[in-house]
Amino acid sequence: MRILVCISNVPDTTTKIRFSNDNTSIDENGVQWIINPWDELALTRAMEIKEDASNPVDHVTVATVGGAGVEPTLRKALAIGADDAIRVDCVGGDAHQVATQLAAVVKSGTYGAILCGIESSDYNGSAVGGMLAEMLGVPSVSAVSSLTFENGEVVITRDIDGGKELVTVPAPFIGVVQKGIAKEPRIAAMRGIMMARTKPLLVLAAVEAESLTRFKEYVMPESKAPCKMIDADNVKELVNLLQNEAKVL
Amino acid sequence: MSVLVYTENWDGKFKKISFELVSYAASVAKMTGGSVTALSIGNVNQDELSNLGAYGATSVLNASSAPAGLDNQVYTNIIAAAMEKTGATVLVLANNNTGKAIAPRLSVRLKAGLVSGVTALPESVSPLVVRKKVFNGKAFGKVEVTTGTAILTLAQNSFEIREAGGSAAVESFDHGVDAGTAKTTIKDVQKQEGKLLLTDADVVVSGGRGMKSGDNWVPIEELAGVLGAATACSRPVSDEGWRPHEEHTGQTGKIIAPNLYFAFGISGAIQHLAGVSSSKCIVAVNTDKDAPIFEAADYGIVGDALKVLPDLITEIKAAKAQ
Repeated sequence: MRILVCISNVPDTTTKIRFSNDNTSIDENGVQWIINPWDELALTRAMEIKEDASNPVDHVTVATVGGAGVEPTLRKALAIGADDAIRVDCVGGDAHQVATQLAAVVKSGTYGAILCGIESSDYNGSAVGGMLAEMLGVPSVSAVSSLTFENGEVVITRDIDGGKELVTVPAPFIGVVQKGIAKEPRIAAMRGIMMARTKPLLVLAAVEAESLTRFKEYVMPESKAPCKMIDADNVKELVNLLQNEAKVL
Repeated sequence: MSVLVYTENWDGKFKKISFELVSYAASVAKMTGGSVTALSIGNVNQDELSNLGAYGATSVLNASSAPAGLDNQVYTNIIAAAMEKTGATVLVLANNNTGKAIAPRLSVRLKAGLVSGVTALPESVSPLVVRKKVFNGKAFGKVEVTTGTAILTLAQNSFEIREAGGSAAVESFDHGVDAGTAKTTIKDVQKQEGKLLLTDADVVVSGGRGMKSGDNWVPIEELAGVLGAATACSRPVSDEGWRPHEEHTGQTGKIIAPNLYFAFGISGAIQHLAGVSSSKCIVAVNTDKDAPIFEAADYGIVGDALKVLPDLITEIKAAKAQ
């Protein structure tokens, strides 16, 4: 079985976000770009599955949608261990646009499992995985916190309110993964970085697709009042403030 | 423009988020001059269903036949059938695990623009422009839906429940979807009974590395007990195994928005703040006066959490006793 991991290129999560003057795009000066953290966990789990010889998985491909500027992020995924990478040459558009491009990628291959992170740390859309599944007409399982193979069958744990469910689903399927799927994201070793340079990175032309939403502008949150400091010996005052000023107790 | 709202139930009961959703849908409908229909899937009793009218639903579609667990395709089919029946042009769901699983599928099915994690009422309805969280709460984005039908998923705790009284007409909904077509098979369910869910809690008491050891959680649990609060922790704590992963709040863990959040011994890394910054009131206790948590907090104490906690428990008990 082949696994496809869909990855998104996002600003490092520790980045202080600034916007362009008209607030329609982020100021990319000094921004470090990374693999979206949830996608990175999905990729890590895909590698773990492939490396365990008892699993019927022999190939891991990563795919992303974006301009040439996202290729360093794809190379990073190759350095972590993906066998090959695909970039659909398409800039802009909403989640529906991105999912349409990824659907074309899936149709051009033979993937048994397609993994996506549950959201991206930039737009927090939580949309691409589910949209992709509906476009392909295949089952999807969301909030996946564990994915294993038992006797060749996929066994998934998904989080529900107050607990977990163990579910099985026939391939091909979309797994929308969250934290827990892998313990720590894998860090590329020097050998992996060297090997990544010569691994295949296929660039596909974009297919025709439409966006259903349009991003208008960014708005910064209202700045909040400074923190009111209370003396450690005067906890009674804190309780008083919580009761009578904040009215939350 | 009519609005359809999917109200999820948990073992036959609606939760706070369901009432937030109906209140939100009612306010959207007021802007557009339409009515609100709530859709319930699964076994919920009549009183619980008609009570949705108190929050502004005019009618309730009761799809009592449904697969035992969530199958994304079956649920998509049922909700799409309800959209067709009601002719609604706005669909509202929760931005929780269920909403995240179904809303994108419905967006494709209905060719309806999806805005997830909305935090306020639309700024305009024609075209529909609405505000959502981006960059994990570091900013907001204004998004315009360019299709005739819109799907909005509401961020938890971002819209106040509005109770107006009244009851809704409940109608049994025969959606014609065969639950037998479900492709996900549920093999096992593990649920912790009787434990307050972190994402539901009005008050959350959380500890970080400053708690020094997993053995020091007794006062955190005691304070949570006194306040009827849920317990949480920062990422290093769950990574160390001091607390279970389910309690990890932060960017890659749970995103919560309680009314009151206590951070004990949490420095407030940007990834942690991403999970808690939507809380209405944040109280931080940390030995480092320069810890970033104090920039996000409303009230702060510079001090050792292990020393402050017992005093706080005593004072809150005393205040509650009055």
